[in-house]
Amino acid sequence: MEWETVIGLEIHAQLATRSKIFSAAPTAYGAEPNTQACAVDLGLPGVLPVLNKEVVRMAAKFGLAIGANVSRRSVFARKNYFYPDLPKGYQISQFELPIVEGGHIEIELENGETKTIGVTRAHLEEDAGKSLHEDFHGMTGIDLNRAGTPLLEIVSEPEMNSAEEAVAYMKKIHSLVQYLEICDGNMQEGSFRCDANVSVRPKGQKELGTRAELKNINSFRFVEKAINIEIERQIDVIEDGGKVMQETRLYDSDRNETRSMRSKEEANDYRYFPDPDLLPVEMDDSFIEEVRKSLPELPAQKKQRFISDFGLGAYDADVLTSSRELADYYEAVATASGGQSKLAANWVTGELTAMLNKENKEITESPVSPEMLGGLLQRIADNTISGKIAKTIFEAMWNGEGDADSIIEKKGLKQITDTGAIEKIIDDILANSPSQLEEYRAGKEKLFGYFVGQAMKATKGKANPAQVNQILKSKLKG
Amino acid sequence: MHTKTIVDLSSGLKEGAFSSEELVQHFLKRIDQLDPDLNSFITVTGEQALAAAHEADQKIKAGGAGPLTGIPFAHKDIFCTKGVRTSCGSRMLDNFIAPYNAGVTEKMQQAGAIMLGKTNMDEFAMGSSNETSYYGPVKNPWGDNLVPGGSSGGSASAVAARLSPASTGTDTGGSIRQPAALCGITGIKPTYGRVSRYGMIAFASSLDQGGPMARTAEDAALVLQTMAGFDERDSTCVDQPVPDYTASLNDSIQGLKIGLPKEYFGEGLDANVARTIDEAIAEYRKLGAEVVDISLPNSKLAAPAYYVVAPAECSSNLSRMDGVRFGHRCKDPVDLEDLYKRSRGEGFGEEVKRRILIGAYALSAGYYDAYYLKAQQIRRLISDDFKKAFEQVDVIMSPTAPTTAFGLGEKTKDPITMYLSDIYTIAVNLAGLPGMSVPAGFVNELPVGLQIIGNYFDEARLLNVAHQYQQVTDWHTRIPKGFE
Repeated sequence: MEWETVIGLEIHAQLATRSKIFSAAPTAYGAEPNTQACAVDLGLPGVLPVLNKEVVRMAAKFGLAIGANVSRRSVFARKNYFYPDLPKGYQISQFELPIVEGGHIEIELENGETKTIGVTRAHLEEDAGKSLHEDFHGMTGIDLNRAGTPLLEIVSEPEMNSAEEAVAYMKKIHSLVQYLEICDGNMQEGSFRCDANVSVRPKGQKELGTRAELKNINSFRFVEKAINIEIERQIDVIEDGGKVMQETRLYDSDRNETRSMRSKEEANDYRYFPDPDLLPVEMDDSFIEEVRKSLPELPAQKKQRFISDFGLGAYDADVLTSSRELADYYEAVATASGGQSKLAANWVTGELTAMLNKENKEITESPVSPEMLGGLLQRIADNTISGKIAKTIFEAMWNGEGDADSIIEKKGLKQITDTGAIEKIIDDILANSPSQLEEYRAGKEKLFGYFVGQAMKATKGKANPAQVNQILKSKLKG
Repeated sequence: MHTKTIVDLSSGLKEGAFSSEELVQHFLKRIDQLDPDLNSFITVTGEQALAAAHEADQKIKAGGAGPLTGIPFAHKDIFCTKGVRTSCGSRMLDNFIAPYNAGVTEKMQQAGAIMLGKTNMDEFAMGSSNETSYYGPVKNPWGDNLVPGGSSGGSASAVAARLSPASTGTDTGGSIRQPAALCGITGIKPTYGRVSRYGMIAFASSLDQGGPMARTAEDAALVLQTMAGFDERDSTCVDQPVPDYTASLNDSIQGLKIGLPKEYFGEGLDANVARTIDEAIAEYRKLGAEVVDISLPNSKLAAPAYYVVAPAECSSNLSRMDGVRFGHRCKDPVDLEDLYKRSRGEGFGEEVKRRILIGAYALSAGYYDAYYLKAQQIRRLISDDFKKAFEQVDVIMSPTAPTTAFGLGEKTKDPITMYLSDIYTIAVNLAGLPGMSVPAGFVNELPVGLQIIGNYFDEARLLNVAHQYQQVTDWHTRIPKGFE
């Protein structure tokens, strides 16, 4: 039987505020346990939450960026359950009236088409603390530094049909929240994490299959692997005559498997109700307008601009706008190169990206500045150097040997474009290779490459390749 | 000294008739002698009080004293006090010392008032007789083996017995007004949002409100003046200027329109209490007030709605008492579940457990709409009733409680009967309005309280209306036998 997969994602993006969502304690990552938790975060008796207004602005930004309805009035609710790292015995979240409702994200499919994924809602909530099970001799330690950290939970419609689509969607959201500067996107530190609802159904069937919720998947790679392994598991279960159970499953990346955490029967009744300690969040039109004006250029807009202004193809434009930093870098290179926008795109997505990957560096850590790279591209464009020599220069720049012009100068890498000089070199080569010349003229045309190679070798690669070709052709006809 | 009002004590201090230290010593001595029987205090902070009085005396000498500087008072043990245990009347918090002061605690401290100690109360403010306290019941100074009312029973008893000139209380469904009535003192529950709830341990967050309990309306005005005001740490606290409550005390109430809701004078009201209230109303007529019969048609829905909303909120508010970070923790838990079950099972008393169960049930999936949501709708109906009434009248008057103080143990077997003793007070909390109880006479030598309900933020008028009554009556000056 042919199966269809249906996936919905719940993404938790940690909002990049300095203080927590309901207290003044700092949100910085990595401090000693329980040094960044005040009485409110500890849930001591009598203390009360006070909303950090910045999170409202951030959520509104996100809502506007995905074309959603930013609620004029939203309500915080208590989600009640007991857990040691949940200090109050309830999490302050949003339930019936979330701050953002209905929006969409466009993803690019492998076949080049775009697909629109609906965003059901996004709501504000506080994070819980962390339970530490090691080093406590059979006891559990509780670190409440993270308790009260603001989160935006972004819930998609179940509209993705493969792990690849899910990852593409997740990457789009990841890029967007960073563009908006509302989340640092750091997945190692848990600033951006994801739960996936996965189900399968026979192709063509209308109603959805029973879903499993996969928890705790903290990298793009794991999302893809976890979903794929879960799809396989569900299909196996059904094909063996079994039934998929509605349950929460944990992805174990070490063993590449998902396993059951709790079933629907064991699920908590969270007894949601509006939090009486907090007033409804109200936003008026002028506030929302102000937020709208503060929005940066968004990835989709930027991509369109790169296509129309820089003449890039959709693929390159998509890659180059995948992060705000990369897009900014590219634009600076394109400017510094004096209009060599396509060449700039090739170099940024090619040579530069390869080097960054090789050395595991972020674009912001590139030792070659956009101005330096732009300078190099100018020299290619004005024929001072060949593309091949440019790669040598790029490596030298990467290693801190200066800018393109000074490296060209120092190493004498200027391209030889003097026709007379090239002719002389070619004459010498032909004179010194009588047998090859004879064979060539007898019809072995492949030897053309040999002569080109000799010419480049003699000039240490500096001869203008086009001129070499042209002169060589006419001489060989000779 | 203990029979004087705050107003008199304050001028005595300023004139040098006595020092704050002497005053505090005097009250501490009375507590020492009389409280072992009454049990109105959970904690007495004698040393701190004397040290604070010493400081206050210097301030008075330097001429920087306010009306409460050097004046002793008692805090209900629900207000967090930095460094001093805040038990909330529960075994759960028997070992809890807050590392912060409540907003109200801070304000009283800044005003120079001297805390004598922390008063007994129903556990987590859940009760109407002060019998649910882990620290044992409080006695009503007006009669042997009578309850003082609750939940602010210790605060009421201490003021009535002249162990403290005033005290703080909290009122979720009548917990200031009902004990004030049963103990023959004056208490006011302000408009919801008037007094900060920060550091006031929550029972039902949308209903809880702190307020003063004193002997006279004038004293209550002075204390409320200090307690009231905006606190940014409480999102439900209203940022609105606090009027000068004493300025309007002496305004004439000629032409005041008093509404008498017929629903508050029907079945269940003790006939003698009804007659006493009638006499008080007659007194108001003499003062020039006009009395109008009104109706609050949804009154009968108040108790059912209250006993959904309050338990629902408390079931969630009390979840933080889990034995993990503070408070009672059971011995040698074998696992997490055991830790929760035994810590909470041992830490909470019967009434608290009952309300947590009711509340958790009312919020459960499948019941939420029928209970919690319905109760919220009723709240709106009740508010609308009052809104309409206040288009017609300036204040509403009724008995505070249907009976005078009842016997210890008399109603503990039947929670419903107990709940009915708040029948006239809870609608005010559901609507968020200010309400007051004023001594209005005696039945069989037991005090009766007159409830005065006002429009939102109309505390000044309530205090004025009460003060005018106290100028022509002396019920509030009566002292229970043995406490003269």
